[in-house]
Amino acid sequence: MKLNGSEILVNVLMEQGVDTVFGYPGGAVLNIYDALYKYSDKITHYMTAHEQGAAHAADGYARATGKTGVVIATSGPGATNLVTGIATAYMDSVPMVAITGNVSTPLIGCDSFQEVYIAGITLPITKHNFVVRDVNELADTIRRAFEIAGSGRPGPVLIDIPKDVTADIAEYEPREAVTVGVTDEIKGDVAEVAELINRSERPFIYFGGGVRISEAGDQLRELIEKADIPAAHTLMAAGVLGYGERNNLGLIGMHGNYSANCATSRSDVLIAIGTRFSDRVALNTEKFAQHARIVHIDIDPSEINKNVTADYSIVGDIKNVLLKMLPMIKDKKHESWHESIDEWKAKDHKPADSDTRIKPHFIVEKTCELAGTDAIYVTDVGQHQMWAAQYLHHTHPKNFLTSGGLGTMGYGYGAAIGASIARPDARVIHFTGDGSFHMNLNELCTAVSYNVPVISIIFNNAVLGMVHQWQDTFYGKRFSSSEPNRVTNYKAVAEGFGGKGFRCETPAQFEQALKQALVLDCPVWIECVVDKDEKVFPMIPGGKTVKDTIFN
Amino acid sequence: MKKQCMVLFVENNAGVLARVASLFVQRGFNIDSLTTSPTENEKISRLTIMTHGDERTFSQIMKQTGKLVETKLIFSVEPTFSLIHEVALVKFSAEEKDNEQLIELIGIYGARIVDKTGGYLVAELCDTPQRIDGFLEDVSRFKIIESGRSGAIAMERGGVDYEL
Repeated sequence: MKLNGSEILVNVLMEQGVDTVFGYPGGAVLNIYDALYKYSDKITHYMTAHEQGAAHAADGYARATGKTGVVIATSGPGATNLVTGIATAYMDSVPMVAITGNVSTPLIGCDSFQEVYIAGITLPITKHNFVVRDVNELADTIRRAFEIAGSGRPGPVLIDIPKDVTADIAEYEPREAVTVGVTDEIKGDVAEVAELINRSERPFIYFGGGVRISEAGDQLRELIEKADIPAAHTLMAAGVLGYGERNNLGLIGMHGNYSANCATSRSDVLIAIGTRFSDRVALNTEKFAQHARIVHIDIDPSEINKNVTADYSIVGDIKNVLLKMLPMIKDKKHESWHESIDEWKAKDHKPADSDTRIKPHFIVEKTCELAGTDAIYVTDVGQHQMWAAQYLHHTHPKNFLTSGGLGTMGYGYGAAIGASIARPDARVIHFTGDGSFHMNLNELCTAVSYNVPVISIIFNNAVLGMVHQWQDTFYGKRFSSSEPNRVTNYKAVAEGFGGKGFRCETPAQFEQALKQALVLDCPVWIECVVDKDEKVFPMIPGGKTVKDTIFN
Repeated sequence: MKKQCMVLFVENNAGVLARVASLFVQRGFNIDSLTTSPTENEKISRLTIMTHGDERTFSQIMKQTGKLVETKLIFSVEPTFSLIHEVALVKFSAEEKDNEQLIELIGIYGARIVDKTGGYLVAELCDTPQRIDGFLEDVSRFKIIESGRSGAIAMERGGVDYEL
């Protein structure tokens, strides 16, 4: 059948199973929005306040479901406003297809109104990108984009479509959705690694987002239980193992548990699974797990030996690798190793409670208690993000959404809205700081327009907490531009946008506000007044080791 | 720093060169030279990149470049088993046109004189990067007006069948 480019685009989106897109209209995408109007019974478009919010919403949608998120923006500023959202998705391997309009083909390269070379701008922050100059190539290009975004190590793909291509007519033939997935190929000696694990006395597993993406949590748990291996997760893998499982030592790295970092340091075999030895975990690449033989299992061959040299490597899909390895793993118990770990666990940081002041850990723990572990927790970036990572009782792999790699302040609200739209039956809690929240709090209007009942819990310590903490610890308390002296009345702003707001100064007020928020079916802000000198502990400074841990 | 050479077969799309170059710049890899040329298959271009760095860095460059969606095949080229050739053009001042030492040197290197317009000699040498380095150094004592040098083209010796 003959369709114009915009109708082809929307039809291919439907082919791929897309029923939800996020975006913002504009001149170069008028034809696309006309097609979205035509097919509005099949695809729901959510318009945000700002394209950045739409990109984060598509990201949150993808992380909460495992499906590819879709965002649409117009040319020029619409496209550049996506950049932070695309880079966020790229760093955390989130499948996303970003569609940008551009000026018509004859106007390209003429510095036309709202023209920008977005394919050039997004070169280093996309898995791949396309400029479609011929409507006859449009359908296959979009299919290919979905294939690339969702396959192997996922990532964002951008498709730039000039306006004339969205109007041009071509033959459209419906196809099946592309298959995304992973290769069955495994490179590396699995038996040798299994033998190494079987011989080890102090094995330790450090795992990351790759395990979550590969949906290999069950296989990981089986390995851990069979060979009795303690494990710690990165920020990207919270919830892969359940809170309270004996071998789950929680978060690793700069603000990770002392026990997890000690175990890494003392292990004789370190098995790194679906992770990339980032500078927030392997703070000192020379000394990281220096007594261990290092095994690295990842789907991306370029991660092997990138930051830390591995003694053994296996390249392949985590689930496939673990399924192949498990029959070769012997049942073992490592009692003396556990004794050491229990000693370190006793030294893990335990924050002091207060009856009068709202303590950060109290907010997280009380929220987790009242909203439950089935809720989706979304964070912004900074101190509150680390507190959420440390104190939530993570139970589900797709229920903790956070910008780990890029560390994007302002990520949370858009992502929370996307997650809530993706999984309307799940309660969505957005933890944020007063710094991060000011970046994109305008998305409340989106939450109100579509009645997305996200509860935003604002840790208001009146400072840029993480910057402030570093200035306090490493810069002689010279608080340069980290005490912004804002007087924002969050309750009034929330209500001005049409949402509901609370302000809490005591633990009791917070508990009461949250209980009310949980029965309200609308967007809510809960401002919590937190002391500006609250710090994230423990902390290992950049470049240092567990021996340099700061406890308080 | 060891000189390294890699050959890539990439999809012949607009922007593919920018993608490769952007990757090198972003990750702080050096490009000493880069040559791109069409192949027998019009959908595929051949890139030869000369770079330098230790084995670990080179391995990273290879893996990162190999990860690009448009990269169909990538391999490193060892000079022992391969032909790695560059072309240099050197234009000498008209004063040198009868300099026997220069003419002799050109002969020794197997270079040839390809132009004499206005008495200005232009010598061309197609050879390995090392031989060209040597030639350029040896002729530097003569009066050179300008010189130019291409990137390398590398090809493995013998029957190699690429599946693209």
